[in-house]
Amino acid sequence: MKLSRKWLNEFVDLPLDEVDDKAFAEAMTVSGSKVEVTEDLSATLRNVKVGRILSLEKHPDSDHMFIAKLDVGGAEPVQIVTGAWNVHVGDLVPVALHDSLLPTGAKITRGKLRGVASEGMLCSLKELDLSTHDYAYAEIKAAAILGDYHPIDPLKPSVSPQIQSGDRIFGKVLAAAVEKVETVGVNRFRCELSLGGAAAETVTDCQNLHRGDLVAYNTAEDKICTLADLHAEQREFPHCIEDGIFILHEDVQPGDDVAMLLGRDDHVVEFEITPNRPDCLCMIGLAREAAVTFGRELKLHEPVVEAKAGGDIRDYAKIIVEEPELCPRYIGRMVKNVKIAPSPEWMRQRIRNAGMRPINNLVDITNYVMLEYGQPMHAFDFSCVNQGEIHVRLAREGETIRTLDGTERKLNPAMLCICDTDKPVGVAGVMGGENSEIVGDTAMVLFECANFNGTSIRRTATALGMRTDASSRYEKGLDPENTYRAVQRACELVELLGAGEVVDGIIDVYPGKKERTTVKLEPEKINALLGTDIDEDTMRKILLDLGFDLEGDTIYVPSWRGDVEHYSDIAEEVARFYGYNEIPVAFTGAISTCGGFTEEQQCERLIGQTCRSLGMDEIITYSFISPGYYDKIRMPADSPLRSSLRILNPLGEDTSIMRTTILPSMLEILTRNYNYRNKRAALYEIGRIYLKREDGLADEPKIVSMGAYGPNMNFFTLKGWVEALLESLGAAKPHFEQERSNPSYHPGRCAKVYVDGKYVGVLGQIHPQVAANYGVETEFYCAELSFETLLAVKGALPVYKPLPRFPAVTRDIAVVCEREIPVGELTDCVLRSGGEYLEDCQLFDVYTGHHIPDGMKSVAFSLTMRAEDQTLTDEHAEETVKRVLLALEREYRAVMR
Amino acid sequence: MKEAMQRLREASIQAILESDSPDSLENLRVKYLGKKGELTAILRQMGKLSAEERPAMGQLANQLRGDIEASIEKRRAELNEAMLAKKLEREALDVTMPGEKPQLGHKHPMYNVLDQIKEIFIGMGFEIVDGPEVELADYNFTKLNIDEGHPSREWTDTFYFTEDSRILLRTQTSPMQIHAMEAKELPIRMIAPGRVYRKDEVDATHSPMFHQIEGMVIDKGVTMSDLKATLNLVVEKIYGKGTVTRFRPHHFPFTEPSCEMDIQCHKCGGKGCPTCKGEGWIEVLGAGMVHPKVLAGCGIDPDVYSGWAFGMGLERLAMGEYKITDLRLIFENDVRFLEQF
Repeated sequence: MKLSRKWLNEFVDLPLDEVDDKAFAEAMTVSGSKVEVTEDLSATLRNVKVGRILSLEKHPDSDHMFIAKLDVGGAEPVQIVTGAWNVHVGDLVPVALHDSLLPTGAKITRGKLRGVASEGMLCSLKELDLSTHDYAYAEIKAAAILGDYHPIDPLKPSVSPQIQSGDRIFGKVLAAAVEKVETVGVNRFRCELSLGGAAAETVTDCQNLHRGDLVAYNTAEDKICTLADLHAEQREFPHCIEDGIFILHEDVQPGDDVAMLLGRDDHVVEFEITPNRPDCLCMIGLAREAAVTFGRELKLHEPVVEAKAGGDIRDYAKIIVEEPELCPRYIGRMVKNVKIAPSPEWMRQRIRNAGMRPINNLVDITNYVMLEYGQPMHAFDFSCVNQGEIHVRLAREGETIRTLDGTERKLNPAMLCICDTDKPVGVAGVMGGENSEIVGDTAMVLFECANFNGTSIRRTATALGMRTDASSRYEKGLDPENTYRAVQRACELVELLGAGEVVDGIIDVYPGKKERTTVKLEPEKINALLGTDIDEDTMRKILLDLGFDLEGDTIYVPSWRGDVEHYSDIAEEVARFYGYNEIPVAFTGAISTCGGFTEEQQCERLIGQTCRSLGMDEIITYSFISPGYYDKIRMPADSPLRSSLRILNPLGEDTSIMRTTILPSMLEILTRNYNYRNKRAALYEIGRIYLKREDGLADEPKIVSMGAYGPNMNFFTLKGWVEALLESLGAAKPHFEQERSNPSYHPGRCAKVYVDGKYVGVLGQIHPQVAANYGVETEFYCAELSFETLLAVKGALPVYKPLPRFPAVTRDIAVVCEREIPVGELTDCVLRSGGEYLEDCQLFDVYTGHHIPDGMKSVAFSLTMRAEDQTLTDEHAEETVKRVLLALEREYRAVMR
Repeated sequence: MKEAMQRLREASIQAILESDSPDSLENLRVKYLGKKGELTAILRQMGKLSAEERPAMGQLANQLRGDIEASIEKRRAELNEAMLAKKLEREALDVTMPGEKPQLGHKHPMYNVLDQIKEIFIGMGFEIVDGPEVELADYNFTKLNIDEGHPSREWTDTFYFTEDSRILLRTQTSPMQIHAMEAKELPIRMIAPGRVYRKDEVDATHSPMFHQIEGMVIDKGVTMSDLKATLNLVVEKIYGKGTVTRFRPHHFPFTEPSCEMDIQCHKCGGKGCPTCKGEGWIEVLGAGMVHPKVLAGCGIDPDVYSGWAFGMGLERLAMGEYKITDLRLIFENDVRFLEQF
C-alpha cells in the first residue's frame, strides 16, 4: 500500500517539516504498520523546468533536428537541440536542464548533437513517466511531410522525389508548401500554404508542421493529410510519428519546477500491511493509525450527495443477489448525463502518486474512492446492462467474458459473477467486463459498491491468473459497512467534478448484516499477558482513539476490525500504542525445566562427529526425489520401497515423491561433485526416509548415509569408516556378510553389517550400471546405516580393563585354503579355537599365484597371545598355534603352507 | 724419567688434540695408557728409582695418566658434538614444503549455526524436540487457528498427499507447538528445528524445502516480558553483546499479541544501508504470546497457563552469518563450498 504524505495531511496534520520520513517510518512501524520504503518523488525528477520556446531553427547538419532557444526563467535563454517536430515558437515545454534526473532513471547532461551545443533535453510524456491518460491534450497527431518520404521500393516511389508545390499527388490531393504556421488554440494551427501559383489557408490539428515543409493538401476537404489519409505506412515517413514533446497547456511560467507541476513534491510511503488488517489498505485506515500513533486528531469527512438529477434508481435498475453467502452486501447508485472527461489535475496526481494510472473521470473516481476508503468499486455503462438487471450469481458452465484488459476468460461455476439478465458483465471483485466498459459516449453509469467473500474472490482471481487492485483487497475480507460511505463519496465526487448527475435513491441489498462484536475489557488479564502495569484509562483512550466504543467494560469492536474478537486481540491493540518496546524486559517466571540433548540426539551428534573425524563432509539433501530415481538405482519393479508417498501437487516430477531410500540423494550429490570436476568427495548425511503408513502418514526413520569417490577410495576404506563409526559408538564387534543381491551395489563388493545379530545396514561399491545411469565412470562407494539400529547397538559406558602386566607373544601363520572361503570366517575360526591365551588375530596377507594351486589362496595371520598372570613360554605359544591350525584344517581344510 | 714423562705428556696431548675420530682417539688411549702403552713402559722403570724418589714419581705418573684420560674424554666429547652437528645438518628439511594433512570433515554450515542455537537454548533450560514432516492439516493449520480458506492452505502454496487436503508436508515447524502441548507435561520449554516445505520454485532466495526453528514456553505467569527477555538474550548470543533489538507488531494466526523482532543493522548502526535495505533494521524472527484459543484447543487452561512462541528461518540466518549470497549453494553440496566452513 502506497501512501502519499501530501494526501495524508487532509486527514491528519503531519507536515513533512515536522515529522520527517525517518521519524514517520519508525513510529508507524513500531505501532504495527510496517514501512518498507519511502520515496521522495521530487528526487526522481530533478532540475526539469518549464521553458518557453523563443526561436526554432533547422539544424544545419541534420534533416530532422531543430535548434531551439528557450526561456527557462534565467537571465539568458538556453539552447537545446531536439529531434521532435511537434514544437513551435511560443510553446511551453518541460526542459531537462544540464545535470537533471528523469523518473526513468536517465541523467541528462549538456552535450553536442552533430556539432551543435545542447544544454539538455526537451521531454516527452513518456520521459516524465506519464501517458495521455494523465494529459489527454498531449496526444500528438502528425501530418505526412513529403520531405520525410522514404519509399519502400526506391524504384517505385509513390511520391516523386522531384515533386513541387502545386503538383498533384492523387485525386484532389496536391503538394503544398507551408509558408506560415500560427498556433491558434490547443493543438490548433493555422497554416498558410502555397500550391504552385495558388495559395490556401487552413486550420489543422497536426502538430509537426513548420515553415518550409512540403505537405499533402486535400483541396476538396481543406485538410492537410496524415499518414492514414495517404494510406501510408509509418516506415515511409519515419519522422512523422505520433510522439514528441509534451506541450504544456497549464497555468505555468518559464522557470517553474515541473516536479511541482506534476505533483511530485510528495513523499510516498510504501507499507507492508499484514493480511489481518485490510482496513489499512487505504488512506483513511492508515490515517487512523497515524493519528493514534502521533496522538493527533483524525479529520474524517462525511460525504454529501445532492442527487439533483431527481428520479429514483429503482425506476431504472434492479439488483438481485442470488448468492448471499458470497455477496453479503451489494449497493448500487446511478449517475446519468455522464460527461466523460479527464479528471482534474489534483485527482490525477493523487492517483498517480498512489501508483495507479488515471483513465477518465468516472474510472478515476472509483479508483480514488478505493484508495481513500479501501473499498473497490466498479462503474458499469448502464446501457450495456440488459434490462437494467444486475444478478450476482455463480458463472454457468461454459460462460466466458472478455475482461477490461481485453482477455477472453473462461469462467467456471465456482466463480462469482456480476451479470445482467443473460450474460456476465463482470467477474465479481476481480475485473469488469469489456461489454459494459465506460467509454467516451457513456451516458448512464451504475456504480457497484459491494462486499464479497474474500476466499471466493481469491480463488477466482488465482484461477483466472489475474490479481487486481480490487481482488487483492477483497481477498482479505472487507468491511461491509464501509460500502455505504464509499458509494456516497463516489457520488459526491461525481457532483464535485461535474462528471454527471446523480440519480436519487440507493439500492442496498444487505443479506449479510452482522451484529457488532463485543469483547470484555479486562485490564488485569491484559497486563498479566503483557507483563505490564498499564492503567485502565490508558487502555480506554487507546481503544476509543482507534474507533472502538466502550460501554462500561463492554468493548464494541468497530466494523472494520474483523480481526478483533478476543481479549488477547485487545491486549495487542493496547500494546501497539503503549509501545512493544516499552514492555519491560524481565524474566517474570522461574525457570523450572532442565534442558539438554536426549540420548538419541547425543548419539546423532556423536555419529556426525565421527564421520567428520573420518574426513566426511556433511550434506543436506531434498526429502523428495523423482520417481525415475528408483529405476536409476535399479530398484526391482516389485520392491515395496517403490510405493512412496506421492505429492499430488509437486513443483515438478523431480521433486514429486518422498524418498523411501536415501541412496539416490547421495548419488545425486556425488554425481554433481564429480561433474564439477572435484577430484574427491567424502560425504555423509543423517537424513530421513519416508515410509507410508496405513493411516496415510509416514514413518520417518533416520538413515546415516555415507558416500565417497576419489583416489585411495576403495571398499576397505569405506568398511574401515563403518567399523570406526561402530567403534566410536562403543558397539560390539560387527559382523560383515557378503551381499550379492542388492541391485544397487556391485555384487562382489557389497556387504551387510550386523551388530549383536541386528542388521545395521549395507555398504559397498555402487553397481557400475547404476553409476552409468548417473553418467559417471568412476567408482562410487556408499553406505546406508539405520540410525535407529545404531542407537540400539550403542554400547554402554565403558568399564576400565586393567592394562596387561605381562608381555605378549606373537606368532605368524599362513594357511592355504579354497579361494571362496571368506577371510572373516577363517578369522572367526581362529579366535574361536585359539584357547585362553589367544588375544588377537590380524590378517596380514592374502596371496594367490606362484606356488599356490589354482582355486586356492594363501592367508596369513598374525596371532597375539598373552596371559594375565605369567609370561608365556614358547610351549604355550606352540600349543595355541597347533590348536588353531587343527581347527582351520578340520573346519575349512586349510593347511599350513 | 721425569723428562720422559714430560715428553710423553706433550706428545700425547698434542696427538689427542689432533685426533679426528673416536677410533683414532681409542688408538691413542691404547698407545699411551694401555697395558703395553708408553706410560706403562715408563712406569716399569720405577724399580730403578730409589725409595725416596718413588712416591714423587708415582704421584707424577698418576697425574699424567689422569691428564691424558681427561684430554681424551674432552676430545671425545668434542668429536661427538661435531658428529651430531654434522648429522643434524644432513637431516635438515625444507620446512616450507607442505604438511601431510589428514582430510578433515566439515559440518554443513547451516547445521553449524543450528548447533550454536541449540546450545544457547539448552543453556536456558530448553529441550529439543523432533516431529513428523508428513503432517496432518489439522496440526499444520487448524489447531494453529489457521482456518479453512486461509491462503496458505491453498494447493498453490502447500504440498498435499491426499485429495481431501488432510495430509500434507508441513509448511512450518509450528505444528510442533501442538505436538508438544498435547504430549508433554507442563511446564514446557522447547525448541523444534526441522525441515519445512512450501511450493516455491528454486531461486537465489527460495527453495521448496527449507528449515525453521520453532520455540515455545508454556508455564504459569509467562508474559510478553519473558518473551522479550529470552529472545534478547538469544540474539545477543548469536549477534554479540550489545546488539540492539526492536519489537514491532505483526500478525500470526496462532499468537496474539504477535510481533516481529528486528536487530539494528550491524553494518550501518541503524542509519540505513544496502544490507538493511535502508531500513536500519534487519528482521530476525517472528514471535508472540500463544493464542489462548490454541492453548484451549490443546487442553491447556488459558486462565492458568500462558506461553510464548517464536519461529525463525535457519537458511537466512546461516546465509547472514557466513555471507552466503545464494540459497541454492546450501542444497547443492559442492565440496568446494562445504569445505569452507
